[in-house]
Amino acid sequence: MSLYMEWEAVIGLEAHVQLMTRSKIFSGASTAYGAEPNTQACAIDLGLPGVLPVLNGEAVRMAVKFGLAVGAEVATRSIFARKNYFYPDLPKGYQISQYEQPIVKGGRLEIAVDGRRKTIGITRAHLEEDAGKSLHEDFHGFSGIDLNRAGTPLLEIVSEPDLRGAAEAVAYMKKLHTLVVYLGICDGNMQEGSFRCDANVSVRPKGAAKLGTRTELKNLNSFRFIERAIEFEIERQIEVLENGGQVFQETRLYDPDEHETRPMRGKEEAFDYRYFPDPDLLPVELERAVIEDIRATLPELPDAKLGRFMRDYGLTVYEAEVLTADRALADYFEATAKAAADTEPKLAANWVMGDLLGALNRDGLALAKSPVSPQQLGGLLRRIADDTISGKIAKQVFEAMWRSEGDADAIIAAKGLKQITDTSAIEKIVDNIIAANPSQAAQYRAGQDKLLGFFVGQVMRATQGKANPGQVNELLVRKLKGG
Amino acid sequence: MHQRSLADLAAALRRREFSSEELTRACLGRIARFNPRLNAFVTVTEERALGAARAADQRIKAGEARALEGVPIAHKDIFCTKGIRTSCGSRMLDNFIAPYDATVVEKLEQAGAIMVGKTNMDEFAMGSSNETSHYGPVCNPWDISMVPGGSSGGSAAAVAARLVPGATGTDTGGSIRQPAALCGISGLKPTYGAVSRYGMIAFASSLDQAGPFAVSAEDLAVMLQAMSGFDPRDSTSLDRPVPDYRAALDDAIAGLRIGLPKEYLGEGLDAGVAKAVEEAIKVFERLGAKPVEISLPNSRLAVPTYYVVAPAECSSNLARYDGVRFGYRCAEPRDLRDLYERSRGEGFGAEVKRRILIGTYVLSSGYYDAYYLKAQRLRRLISADFARAFGQVDVILGPTSPSVAFKLGAKQDPLTMYLCDIYTIAVNLAGLPGMSIPCGFAGGLPVGLQLIGNYFTEPRLLNAAHRYQRETDWHRRVPPGFE
Repeated sequence: MSLYMEWEAVIGLEAHVQLMTRSKIFSGASTAYGAEPNTQACAIDLGLPGVLPVLNGEAVRMAVKFGLAVGAEVATRSIFARKNYFYPDLPKGYQISQYEQPIVKGGRLEIAVDGRRKTIGITRAHLEEDAGKSLHEDFHGFSGIDLNRAGTPLLEIVSEPDLRGAAEAVAYMKKLHTLVVYLGICDGNMQEGSFRCDANVSVRPKGAAKLGTRTELKNLNSFRFIERAIEFEIERQIEVLENGGQVFQETRLYDPDEHETRPMRGKEEAFDYRYFPDPDLLPVELERAVIEDIRATLPELPDAKLGRFMRDYGLTVYEAEVLTADRALADYFEATAKAAADTEPKLAANWVMGDLLGALNRDGLALAKSPVSPQQLGGLLRRIADDTISGKIAKQVFEAMWRSEGDADAIIAAKGLKQITDTSAIEKIVDNIIAANPSQAAQYRAGQDKLLGFFVGQVMRATQGKANPGQVNELLVRKLKGG
Repeated sequence: MHQRSLADLAAALRRREFSSEELTRACLGRIARFNPRLNAFVTVTEERALGAARAADQRIKAGEARALEGVPIAHKDIFCTKGIRTSCGSRMLDNFIAPYDATVVEKLEQAGAIMVGKTNMDEFAMGSSNETSHYGPVCNPWDISMVPGGSSGGSAAAVAARLVPGATGTDTGGSIRQPAALCGISGLKPTYGAVSRYGMIAFASSLDQAGPFAVSAEDLAVMLQAMSGFDPRDSTSLDRPVPDYRAALDDAIAGLRIGLPKEYLGEGLDAGVAKAVEEAIKVFERLGAKPVEISLPNSRLAVPTYYVVAPAECSSNLARYDGVRFGYRCAEPRDLRDLYERSRGEGFGAEVKRRILIGTYVLSSGYYDAYYLKAQRLRRLISADFARAFGQVDVILGPTSPSVAFKLGAKQDPLTMYLCDIYTIAVNLAGLPGMSIPCGFAGGLPVGLQLIGNYFTEPRLLNAAHRYQRETDWHRRVPPGFE
C-alpha cells in the first residue's frame, strides 16, 4: 500500500460564474467580450469621482435562479459590502461584493464519480463585480490596464469542503457548469473566463477530524487545469508533511506549462479587506412573491431531465447523462427523436451520441453550428426504421447531409441508395454468388460457418450495400444449406 | 442689483427690468473686484456664463423663461461640471475635468440658472473653516481675518458678499449650515436622499447631502425646487414626488410647537450666540409658536459617532485617488507601491490624510466591532432621540454653531475644530433636514439659528424661517464694504 493511501484530501471550491447580463452589474456599459481595451468602461466602471453604482436587476434574478436550482435559501434581504484593497485593475480601490448577507445561503449539488453518487454542500453564493485586467506584456517596463471587464457581474459560488479529490472537484465543477448553462445565467465559456474557480486544498491523515492547513489555488480556468492543479497540490502537501515540513496558508498559482503550483508574489500579505456595507447601495429586498415568480421561469434542470430521459426514452444512465450534460445537446436529441417519429428513441440517442458528436468533434464545430439539423437527422432515422436504407448506407447519407447535400430522402434518391427488398432480385444475386464460389460453398456446407460472412460480403458488394442484410443472411443460409 | 434676493432677481429678469447678460456681467464684475480679497472662487467661468446668459435672454424674450432663467449662481467645486475643472479643493484633483455634469448641476441648468464659477471649499469637504483647501482659505466677508466656516466656505462667502444671489453646497456634518451661520446667510441641508448625489464627489456617502445657499428662506425654496427630485443614477435617492417648497411659505405658524433641546442651549455655547438665539425664540413666540423644552439625550455622542462613520466611509471613497487613471500622479514612480504612496502622500492634505487613517483604523479587523459597528448602533440611538422629539414638537430650534466666526489659524487642534459641528452633526447622522438662518450678531459677527425638521418637512422649515424673516432683517444685512 502506498503512503498516499494514508492521506485524505479536503477540497472546497469557489466558482466564479460570469452572469450573462447585457450590461454590467452597476453600470449601463456592455459586457460583451473581446472589445478593444477600455472601450467598454464607462465613468462608473472607471471609478471617476462622484459616480454612483445602480444595481442591475437582471443579475439579481439570475442569482435567485441559481439559488432555487440548488435548493438553497434565497435571502429576502441581502447586502452589498465594499472589499477594500489597492490594485491598478480595481478602479475604485474597493470591490463591491456581498459579504455577511449573501443572496443565496445553503444548497446542494449531487455529483457522481465512478458511479458513486455524492451530495456536495453549497455554503453560499453571492453577487459581486469583476475587476479589470492587468496586461503585463507589450508595454516595456509598464503594465497596461484594461477595464472592459471591470463591473462584469459575477456569482461566486462557494462549496463546502466536501470534495475529497481532484476527480470529485472536476465532477462538481462540470455539474455546476451544466447547471448554470441550463439556467441560462452563464455562457459557460471557460476560455473567455466566464466560468472559473479557486480551490482551497488541504490534506489530513485519513480518518482525522481536524482539517489540515489549506492553500488557495487561484484562477483555474479549465477542467483539466482544475484536475492537474489539485492533484499536484495534494501531492506537494503530502510530500511536505511526510518530510516533516509544514504547509503554509498561502495563495498559489497553477502554472500549466510547468505543471506545478507556486506561491503568488506581492498581492498576498495577510490582507485586511476592511469590509463594510456599501453606503451607495440599498439592501436588496426581495419579496417572496417575486422569488416564486422567478421559480416559475426555471427550466427543467439536468437531474430532472436525466430521469425523464431514462423513463420516457428508455435510455441507460450513461446515455441519459451524456445527452443531458449539455442543454443544447439534450434539446437536439429530443428534437431528433421527435422528428424520427415512430423510431425507437434509442436509435436517435445512438446517432446523436455517435455520429453527430463524432462529426462535430472531428470538424471542431459547436453543436449550434451543426450542418445537420435535428429534423434532417430524424428524417434519416425514419428511413432506417422503415428499411429504406441499412444502417451502413445511413452513414453514407449522414456524411452527405453533413456536406449539405440535402435531406436524407433527396440524397437516397439522387444516389440510388434505396435498399433492395425485392426477394427475387436478391435471390438471383445470391444464386450467382454461390454458383461463382463453389469451393467456399462446399467448405461452408462441411461446417465452416464462418464463411457465411464471406458470402454476405460478396452479396453486399454486388448490390453496393443496398441489399437488406437480414434478407441476405436468411437467403444465403437457406440456399447454402438447402443447396 | 446685487442687493436683491434671488427670487426677486428671477422675477425682475422675467419682467425684463434688466437682462441676464447685464446681471451676469454685474456678478462677474463683483467677483473680479472682491474675490482677490475673499478667495471664494477657485474657477470663474466668465465666457460660458455670458454665453448662457445671452441664451437665457433669448428664452425670456420668447416667453420661455424657466424658474431660474438667467439667474447667476455658483457651484461648490465638489459638483462635477462637464468640461470645467472640478478640484474638490484638493491638489489631487487640481487637473481633473469630469466628462459629465452632476445631477444638481444639470437640474439647475435645466431650470435656467447660469453658472458663473466654482467655489472654494475645504479639501474633499473635510473641515469647518475652509482652511484645508489646496487653494488657500476663504475669508469671511464680515471680517476678512475670520474664517467663513466650512466646508462650503466659498459658496457661503460668495453669497454673503453678494457676488452671487445663490450657490450650491454640500453638508456632511454641517458644511452648509455652519458656514451659512458664520457668514450671516441662509442655508439648507435637505432630508437625506432628497437631492441626488450623482456627480457630487463623495466624502461620506451615508451623510453627504447637497443643498442651497441664498440670502433668504424664500430663495432657498426656489433653488431647492430646482435641485431636488428622484434620480435613477443615485440608488439612495428618494422616489417620491417633490413638494411645492414655496406653497406654504406664508402660512401662519401659530400653534407651531418648537422644541428647544436643553443639550443645545447649555454648556459650551457662547453667551453672545445664546442671547441671539433666545431673542429669535421670542420672535417665534410672538408669531404664535409654542416653545417646548425637549431633550436629545444622546447628543453628546454625535461628534464621536460621526468621527467614526465619516472617516470610515471616506477612507474607502478616497481610495480611487491612486494616481492610476486620473488626478495627481507623483513624478517618476519607481514601482507600483511608490506610485500609490507618493501620489496619495503628495496629493492629499493633512486633514484628509488624518481622516483616511482614522477610517482605515476603525474598519480594520479587530477594531471594526468596537468602532464601526458601535458607531452604527449609536447612530440609531441618535435617530431615535429625534424620532421621540418629533412626537412632541414640529420643529427643533437652536444655535447652528456654538460660536461666531473665529480667526483664521485660531483652531490648530483638530478636536477643537470638530466641536464646531456639535449641533449640526446629529442631523446628518439621522438624515433629517436642517437649515440655518441669520438671527443676529455677537461681537459684530453673524449668529445662525438652526431649524431641524422631521423627514421631508422642508416645506414646514422653510415656512417657519420665512415667517421669521418677515419679522426680522438679519438676512438682509450686507457685510460692510460689500454693499
